[in-house]
Amino acid sequence: MPPITRGFRGRRPDVDPSRIPPGQHHERGFPVLTAGPTPPVDTATWTFDVGGLVGAEQVFTWEDLMALPQETFTVDIHCVTTWTKLDTGWTGVSVDELLKDVDPRSEWVTIRAYGGYTTNLPLADLTGGKAWVVHTFDGEPLEARHGGPARLLVPHLYFWKSAKWVRGFTFTPNEQPGFWEQNGYHRRGDPWREQRYWSD
Amino acid sequence: MDWRIGTVRETSRETPRSTTIVLDVPGWPGHRAGQHVDVRLTAEDGYQAQRSYSIASAPEDAALRITVDRLDDGEVSPFLVDDVLPGDELELRGPIGGPFTWSVDDGGPLLLLAGGSGVVPLMAMLRHRAAQGSDVPARLLHSVRAPREALFHRELLALSGGDPAAPGSASLQVAWTYTRMVPPEWTGFARRLDGPMLDAFAGPAPAADATGPAAAMAADGLSAGNGSTERIFVCGPSPFVETAASLLVARGHAPGRIHTERFGPS
Ligand SMILES: Cc1cc2nc3c(=O)[nH]c(=O)nc-3n(C[C@H](O)[C@H](O)[C@H](O)COP(=O)(O)OP(=O)(O)OC[C@H]3O[C@@H](n4cnc5c(N)ncnc54)[C@H](O)[C@@H]3O)c2cc1C
Repeated sequence: MPPITRGFRGRRPDVDPSRIPPGQHHERGFPVLTAGPTPPVDTATWTFDVGGLVGAEQVFTWEDLMALPQETFTVDIHCVTTWTKLDTGWTGVSVDELLKDVDPRSEWVTIRAYGGYTTNLPLADLTGGKAWVVHTFDGEPLEARHGGPARLLVPHLYFWKSAKWVRGFTFTPNEQPGFWEQNGYHRRGDPWREQRYWSD
Repeated sequence: MDWRIGTVRETSRETPRSTTIVLDVPGWPGHRAGQHVDVRLTAEDGYQAQRSYSIASAPEDAALRITVDRLDDGEVSPFLVDDVLPGDELELRGPIGGPFTWSVDDGGPLLLLAGGSGVVPLMAMLRHRAAQGSDVPARLLHSVRAPREALFHRELLALSGGDPAAPGSASLQVAWTYTRMVPPEWTGFARRLDGPMLDAFAGPAPAADATGPAAAMAADGLSAGNGSTERIFVCGPSPFVETAASLLVARGHAPGRIHTERFGPS
């Protein structure tokens, strides 16, 4: 049992507490967390490619992405800086759809973004209806500072896995830690297990 | 990463809305300037709240300091700013953060842009620089609403004030811009950060970086730039950081040299 902080009462969540993972708090705004400037990304030249250890490389243009089946859904998102935002609405393409013809030859994926950001995930966290490339937030085109024109969305893990300005996947022979993962953050980042840092 | 217990050695009011908390943390492993800690508070019924706070003290400082700005309708900051007393115990863990750090060995020149309480991790860098007697050229531009909200104003004046006894002091330049209320007879900046202000304060990007936004974007945005040794740190509320980072990129600073940290929501 952690020590009681003298005089601290706190503000109880105004929402169902079972929806807030340990150490998180409910946030109504939409905070931004990025290590550098927002890169300008134009949909006219945007591509999303899948390469590395795969049977067949794939490249999608913006038109290709829009021509794929679109899903609109509502999920909760959890940032490692302790905010949780409930009931966020998105539209995008399931990663299952993007990997349909790829024939992966490895279990490890490096996610690449415009601006140079990378993050990594086991393939199992990207497939089975758990991850999307999204372009619309609450009915509006996704703003650049929130990762527009398109970002990855992996809502069951901490939000740094949901790479803004996503531009592709590389299948790697083994686990390759990405940007935050090299900087002390957990390899997988499950908010319900509070996997924030390396040793958690 | 384990939670540790820090004991409050003292608190000091920095401005009407912010307080520095000085903590003794047994077994503290040390930190790099720019890193932060997570602080966790526990109510009597076991309810907990956790937030991140930048470390304000230099690694050379014997105690750990955080400086917290009160957000009136916030859950944690009003408690830390107004209610914490010497002798209280606070749970914390850290240090956390890799990219947003600087030590004198990294060199410079340093360009630091702060909005409001975003000056805290940058202050740790300048305190570290002073503790090391470093003369790495450094500039800090601090945007605040009003003079009484200018955190560390006196200490920054002293560090940059040309005191010949303080090594390196002449190579530090500090400027403030006041966005809502200016001091009497103020002749400095009195508006939100914009391009002309950045040009006047920081001058052009170092030659090796001045490759234009297109070339800069083509490079790997998170690796080091190309020849210049400039280090840029931008910290504050999201809109401030967003504006500052875009202005810097538009002026030819390599995106990979611009490190940002955002404190609040957008
Ligand atoms: C890496 C990191 C380092 C930080 N370092 C510092 C520091 O050194 N000093 C410091 O004072 N704070 C710092 N912060 C911010 C701090 O973690 C808290 O977010 C802040 O103290 C507000 O917490 P709260 O519980 O009082 O407000 P909350 O109850 O969390 O927020 C109440 C409402 O205010 C909004 N809000 C939160 N933060 C801001 C803001 N900055 N401006 C405007 N609205 C806001 C929220 O969206 C929310 O709707 C840091 C944050 C990060 C991520």
